[in-house]
Amino acid sequence: MNDMSALHAVSATPATHAGLDLARIRAEFPILRQRIHGKPLVYLDNAASVQKPKAVIDAISACYSGYYANIHRGVHLLSERSTLAYEGAREKVRAFLNAASTQEIIFTRNATESINLVASSFGGSVVKAGDEIVITGMEHHSNIVPWQMLCQRTGATLKVVPFTDAGELILEEYERFLSSGRVKIVAVVHLSNALGTLNPVKAMIDSAHARGIPVLVDGAQSVPHLTVDVRELDCDFYAFSAHKIYGPSGVGVLYGKQALLEAMPPYQGGGDMISLVTFEKTEYADLPNKFEAGTPSIADVIGLGAALDWLNAIGLNAVAAHEHELLEYATAQLQDIPGLRIIGTARDKAALASFTLQGVHPHDIGTILDRDGVAIRAGHHCAQPVMQHYGVPATARASFAVYNTRDEVDALVKALYKVKELFA
Amino acid sequence: MTLLKPDVGLAEETGTPVAVSARSIEATIATFVKAFAMLDDWNDRYRYLIDLGRRLPHFPEEWRTKSNQLRGCQSQVWIVGIRSADRLCFRAVSDAAIVSGLIGLLLAVYNGRQAEEILTTSPEFLNALGLYEHLSPSRGNGLYALVQFIRRFARAETA
Repeated sequence: MNDMSALHAVSATPATHAGLDLARIRAEFPILRQRIHGKPLVYLDNAASVQKPKAVIDAISACYSGYYANIHRGVHLLSERSTLAYEGAREKVRAFLNAASTQEIIFTRNATESINLVASSFGGSVVKAGDEIVITGMEHHSNIVPWQMLCQRTGATLKVVPFTDAGELILEEYERFLSSGRVKIVAVVHLSNALGTLNPVKAMIDSAHARGIPVLVDGAQSVPHLTVDVRELDCDFYAFSAHKIYGPSGVGVLYGKQALLEAMPPYQGGGDMISLVTFEKTEYADLPNKFEAGTPSIADVIGLGAALDWLNAIGLNAVAAHEHELLEYATAQLQDIPGLRIIGTARDKAALASFTLQGVHPHDIGTILDRDGVAIRAGHHCAQPVMQHYGVPATARASFAVYNTRDEVDALVKALYKVKELFA
Repeated sequence: MTLLKPDVGLAEETGTPVAVSARSIEATIATFVKAFAMLDDWNDRYRYLIDLGRRLPHFPEEWRTKSNQLRGCQSQVWIVGIRSADRLCFRAVSDAAIVSGLIGLLLAVYNGRQAEEILTTSPEFLNALGLYEHLSPSRGNGLYALVQFIRRFARAETA
């Protein structure tokens, strides 16, 4: 592929099999137009954070330049307009997840904070010494450390569901853990950021519920790639970040079933989460405000709402079909590279390919690819236990978003052959 | 010769003399700038760096301890600082080839110098080679921490 020419060829073949007009979609992302080290940017680090369409950038800008004020407080027009837009975004998130009520949608800083909120508030009030918390071996550190901290505080034990070399959870072990009678909560990742495995969360939730155990699903990776219906899943908590779903960084979402959220104590204290404060006693606000202490990232929440509108207009099914096609195309080509090993070969996979190249450190792969304008992630992906399972310090990872093209996969593969040549 | 770090697992004397660098810092940097300019493209420059990394002095396995390890989430770096009379010397290695090459560059500049010389030589000289971005904390390759280590070590000498 020769610089811009091949990427521009996208315009000549506008529609994917999924029926997406990629040239038009790409044109909505200002950042994708640039060159990196003189080469067209091939952005394949979407699992770390995805780029933002103009609709999102404009929505944030429109808030700050047109109607910004603090929310839930002012009697003046700007505050009312800001509050309406902010609460409008909450309704968009509710609809996106098909939650029953906006009271079940809590805005946080990111998926990590959403999980910490549950570990601290729900876990802190329910988990006692001798209890058990079940997670899996393929969790992101964000869905490990908060539970470890809870175990340290309470004297509970962390039980870790192992996975096979293909990267699939060993569900027999999961069932065995559940049957101990001591499990107080299950926390499981929907789509693994290090392996690409799509976990059978619906079946896992049903199993846990059969024993009265609530389940938190870490949906940070899954929401931009597949339709999530929290009522169909029947999960008790679902956490994700705006920045991985075409929204701004700095905003996360926690969905929680209303009855659970109502029973939980507040996570942080401060403004906006109270209904009455005296020095003797404070009465807390109703949901969802009880869990939103302090001024939130108002414009960014509005930006998340715009991101969901934008994604809905394209259609998540079309996005998923396109990304699936890219993943299959990439996997076939990567497998042909001598010495390349794909880490994570589960039957149900989405959106990313993690790999190692014999004799080459992933960091070197990432460095050399960068000079060709190809941005990938090299590292432990904040999932060190996964790296330990495969006996590698790190992997290289190419992850896809709706705007990626087959030509970009070709650019990745070509650059990988160059890496091999350099280290030959 | 005194080993200031690590404080465990190593003999006080290694028997390895710390050579006083024959070339000035400026001349060493100029050599690299010239070498880079002569190389046509980044492939060749990376080849040069990979080669430089392969020629790093041996870093004994027993020095690869946790206390000698610098934090980097993408690649790992181990470093040991050595003082001989008024000269400072560093031995370091990475599990990534290009990072090892960059270590070779940095150590060629900083090794065998007096603490003051080290402190007055900013790693920004890598700018002239188009490599300064590798020192960004976001790279996670341990080089940022390596430079911090070298400077901290030198500062401790002047304190």
